[in-house]
Amino acid sequence: MSRDTALVSAEWAEKNLGAPGVVFVEVDEDTSAYDTGHIAGAVKLDWKTDLQDQVRRDFVNKTQFEALLSERGIGNDDVVVLYGGNNNWFAAYAYWYFKLYGHRDVKLLDGGRKKWELDARPLVNDAVTRPATQYVASEPDTSIRAFRDEVVAAIGTKNLVDVRSPDEFAGRLLAPAHLPQEQAQRAGHIPTAISVPWSKAANEDGTFKSDDELRKIYADAGLDDGKETIAYCRIGERSSHSWFVLQELLGHPNVKNYDGSWTEYGSLVGVPVALGDEPGEA
Amino acid sequence: MTAPTAAGCAAPDQSAPLPASLDLEKETVITGQVLAESGEPVAGAYVRLLDSTGEFTAEVVTSPTGQFRFFAAPGNWTLRALSRHGNGDTAVTANRGINEVSVTVA
Repeated sequence: MSRDTALVSAEWAEKNLGAPGVVFVEVDEDTSAYDTGHIAGAVKLDWKTDLQDQVRRDFVNKTQFEALLSERGIGNDDVVVLYGGNNNWFAAYAYWYFKLYGHRDVKLLDGGRKKWELDARPLVNDAVTRPATQYVASEPDTSIRAFRDEVVAAIGTKNLVDVRSPDEFAGRLLAPAHLPQEQAQRAGHIPTAISVPWSKAANEDGTFKSDDELRKIYADAGLDDGKETIAYCRIGERSSHSWFVLQELLGHPNVKNYDGSWTEYGSLVGVPVALGDEPGEA
Repeated sequence: MTAPTAAGCAAPDQSAPLPASLDLEKETVITGQVLAESGEPVAGAYVRLLDSTGEFTAEVVTSPTGQFRFFAAPGNWTLRALSRHGNGDTAVTANRGINEVSVTVA
C-alpha cells in the first residue's frame, strides 16, 4: 500500500462527488455532526451502534458486517472513501475494519471532516438512500488485529507503539482530555512501549504529514524496522490512525492494531504496567 | 447526545451541562468560548489543547455559542483554535476545578 492508493485529497473528493462506483462514508462515534451536514451522497456509519457488537465487547461478526454494508448500499466493487470528525480517528478505525473484512478498494479522505469544513467545502443535509446490495465479506484477517495475549507476549520483543498523548502514556491522564478522567482501569502504559502520539503524524488541519516526515518521526522514536509492530491507544481508534500510517502509507509489513487497547490492558489482573515518560523494562 | 462513557472517545456536546457525577474536587476543567475580534462567539471552531511541550492532547469543536470544554490536569496548557475566520492561541495555567478562558481568532 501507499499514499496513492490509500488516501484521497479533498480536491479529489469534491471532483468525484456522485461519481459512479464511489461511495463516501462518514464514520463517527457521535453521528450528530452527520445529521447537521455531510458530504453530498455520503452514507453514515455509527462507530458505537453499527461497528460494535451491542452485547459482547467485540466487533460485529462477518454476517453482521455483510448485513450492515448491504443495507447501506455498499457493494463489493465500490470504491469506499471514508471520512469523519476527531481527525479521522473513527474513519481510520473503519478503514482498518473494511480491510479486516477484505474490502478491495477503500480510501481515507485526507484531513477528514475538519479539513473539509476549514476549506469551507459544501456540506448538505439531504437524506441519503442507496439501493441495497448483497455484500459478501471475507473471513476476518487477523494478521492486522492483535489480541491481549500476544500483546503481553510482545513486551520486550516486538515494537509496541503507544499512540496516546504523553500524559496518558506517563499515567498523568487516564483518557483524552475532552473526556472526564475517572475511569476503571489503572494508569500507565505497557512496559517497553515507545510513545509516538498519533497526533505527531498529522498536521493541525488533520491531513497526514509527508512520508519523509512520517518516517523520521518513527525512526527518531526508536521503531525497529526489523520487528513486528503492535499499535494501541485507549479504545483502538487512535491506534487505527497510526496503523494506517505505518502499514498503508509507509508500507511497513506486519503491523497490528490492538483494539482492546488500554481499556482492556489497564484492567487486566497481573500484567506489568509502567509509569512515567520512559518505556520501562520488560 | 449521550453522556460520555468509558468506551467512548468522541467529543461530547460542548454546550451540555457538566455531568452531575463529575467530581470537581478531582477534575481540572478548562472551559470557555472562542471569539472573533468583534467579540462574537465562533461556532464550529476546532479547539486543540496542547500540553506544556506543545504536544497535542485533545481537540473539540465549539458549540453554537462558541463554547468548548476539556478535562485536563493541573499545569500549563495552550489552547489553539482553528476556524474559517482565522486561528488563535491562549496560554492557561489550570488548577483543580473550573478554569475559564477565552480564545480570540483573527
